[in-house]
Amino acid sequence: MSWTEFLWTTLGAILTLCTFSFLYKDNPFYKIAEHLVVGVSAGYFVILLCFTGLMPKLITPIMNGSWWYIIPAILGVLMWFRFSKKLSWVSRYPIAFYIGIATGVAIPVEMKNRINSQLFDTMKAPNFSGDWFVGVCDIIIIIGVVCSLFYFFFSKEHKGVFGGLAKVGIYTLMIGFGSSFGYTVMARISLFIQRVQELRNWVTLTKTRTDFTIVLWVVVLVIVLLILMEIIKHLKRKPAETVS
Amino acid sequence: MRKEIPLFIVLVCGIFMALQFFVPHSYSQFLYRYALDWLIVIGIFALALGIWSFIRVSYDKIQRRSENWQYAIIALAGLFGMIFFGMWFMGGLESYMYRHFFSFIMIPIQATMFALLAFFIASAAYRAFRARSILATVLLLGALVVMLRFNPFLGPLGEPTARMADWILNVPNLAAKRAIIIGIGLGMVATALKVILGIERGYMGRD
Amino acid sequence: MNMFERLGKLDRRWIFLLLAVVCVATLLTEFRMPVRVSREVRSIYEFVDSLKAGDVIHVGIDYDPNALAELHPMAYAVMEHALKKDAKIVLTTLSQNGAGMAEQLMLDIIDTMKVQHKKDIKYGRDIVFLGYKPYYSIVILSMGENYRIPFPSDYYNTILDSIPIMQSIQNYDQIKAVIELGSGNIIDAWIADANARYGVKVALGVTGVMAADYYPYLRSGQIIGLMGGMLGAAEYEQLFQKPGTASEAMRVQVSAHVVIILFIIFGNIGFFISRRKGGSVV
Repeated sequence: MSWTEFLWTTLGAILTLCTFSFLYKDNPFYKIAEHLVVGVSAGYFVILLCFTGLMPKLITPIMNGSWWYIIPAILGVLMWFRFSKKLSWVSRYPIAFYIGIATGVAIPVEMKNRINSQLFDTMKAPNFSGDWFVGVCDIIIIIGVVCSLFYFFFSKEHKGVFGGLAKVGIYTLMIGFGSSFGYTVMARISLFIQRVQELRNWVTLTKTRTDFTIVLWVVVLVIVLLILMEIIKHLKRKPAETVS
Repeated sequence: MRKEIPLFIVLVCGIFMALQFFVPHSYSQFLYRYALDWLIVIGIFALALGIWSFIRVSYDKIQRRSENWQYAIIALAGLFGMIFFGMWFMGGLESYMYRHFFSFIMIPIQATMFALLAFFIASAAYRAFRARSILATVLLLGALVVMLRFNPFLGPLGEPTARMADWILNVPNLAAKRAIIIGIGLGMVATALKVILGIERGYMGRD
Repeated sequence: MNMFERLGKLDRRWIFLLLAVVCVATLLTEFRMPVRVSREVRSIYEFVDSLKAGDVIHVGIDYDPNALAELHPMAYAVMEHALKKDAKIVLTTLSQNGAGMAEQLMLDIIDTMKVQHKKDIKYGRDIVFLGYKPYYSIVILSMGENYRIPFPSDYYNTILDSIPIMQSIQNYDQIKAVIELGSGNIIDAWIADANARYGVKVALGVTGVMAADYYPYLRSGQIIGLMGGMLGAAEYEQLFQKPGTASEAMRVQVSAHVVIILFIIFGNIGFFISRRKGGSVV
């Protein structure tokens, strides 16, 4: 690996450590990383939008004679009137066009996707043709779905039979949320593991060449110095805090 | 004119797009394709609003010397640096610096910011995840079974735990999530209808 | 103040440190975790394995770097598997920070296929990257009409009709399935706008946080398979018999889970002791 490539990898590793430093407390290293990523992400998006959006979807078609692309472009520019106090109403025209199309498309698609398909599958007769347990599970699903929907029905007070059904519903929902939490723990840990794997790869890389190893030791030295400074600051502060 | 025309546009576009799903005639198909095509173009301009807003907020912060204003300079430097490195004369999307800024600045920081959540979830597990009531205990047990399902340290209990987790995910979890999906679906359709019929006008902002 | 009460008041940074030490220490050890393959992951594997030479699949890289840990291993495994079966891949990204990762992923896989499988994967003939477009729902719907509506050219600004793989593709009718690897609402849009509207088969690879939410779609047949988080990726790697970063991470995952479960147990013991004493319930 070349020196420049190694330095880029090292920059990635240092920024990872800067971000992790937040676990100790909010500090300038974390703040630098945080603000840097916001700016760089915005810049990345501007360029991406220009080269993969504006150019192929607007400039090139107009240059090739498809002049009618000027119409959506004008509608798009009208969006910018949102910033004007007097003329912000002008931006309602393109927004209305967008909202109208998006909501119109959503109605049949969501009816089919979220409501019909899910209801049809729930309404299937329990399958007792093979393993009886499958049939029992089918019945549990039907009861679980119906009772959970009862729980979401707030127009009627949750009392009596209705309240009982809603209670079964909330238990079902709790199991669902529990499963999501179990998965969430796994997900968050995965993210940390990946960062540790990346740092390990960087450390392994530094061992491949002597000059790379020096960089590793410089980074380690800086971290140790920062930790020492923090300890000294902490020790100096402690007696004063005890007195107060 | 300021309200009526936008409401009319929403009504016409909404009804047309909803009906188009059921009437795949060549004319409606033609209009549908153009509507989708134009919407992407309009959207590109709308996204520029976000960038402009970010520049304005950061600039104001620097100008007013608000708290931590120095960091706003870093954010703006990142923005304009990235734009410069991504210019056509630098190679556009294939520019060396543009690609490397993405790989070695954006990826590590963004990925690590989310990795921090692993620690907060561990802390929350210790301090807040309590079996205070039967409902909380049910939630806790559900989570524990899902977490333990691939644990080899359980020995002979490993297989039954994995089966139990599969059952939880495929039966009660499925029922709960299905009810939520149906609820969201009904909510989405109802809101869409309210928007098309002009009952819900939040998107128009204030006068 | 008993031990549990004292532990209850422990500075959270000690908890952070303990978790970090356990994770790093486990990563430095060398043991491989057996992974039990679930039905939902197996169905995606079997689908990809059944692809014939020349079949085209669409892979959506719809996530940002913050979900890279969970979804990148899936992307590597699925794409490598598909290319090994001589299938062709159309790659898109509808997540605003996904383009750079998707491009890198594609270049890495082309290299891997050359080095490890001795297969010469050609851009444009075997794989194409169409790039990014905003407003995922609209883009997914327009691809159902014609890929050329949202993507008149690919990521490198080459006109779609001049790319060999795209010459025979108009819309989802020519695609065997969409393998959507994503985080966020884009996944719902693929199920609604691609499957419900255009009837294309959809298989999902999602982050762990979202995995439990998609079981209803699996049962109703709206999706053909589901990979959830790093475990899903490890399961696929196991089936593909090529353990990668996800398989390696599973041993760390297990140790971290043990630590967190112990935290929960200790926290609850302290809670019950405090409650019995009638003291402050932390």
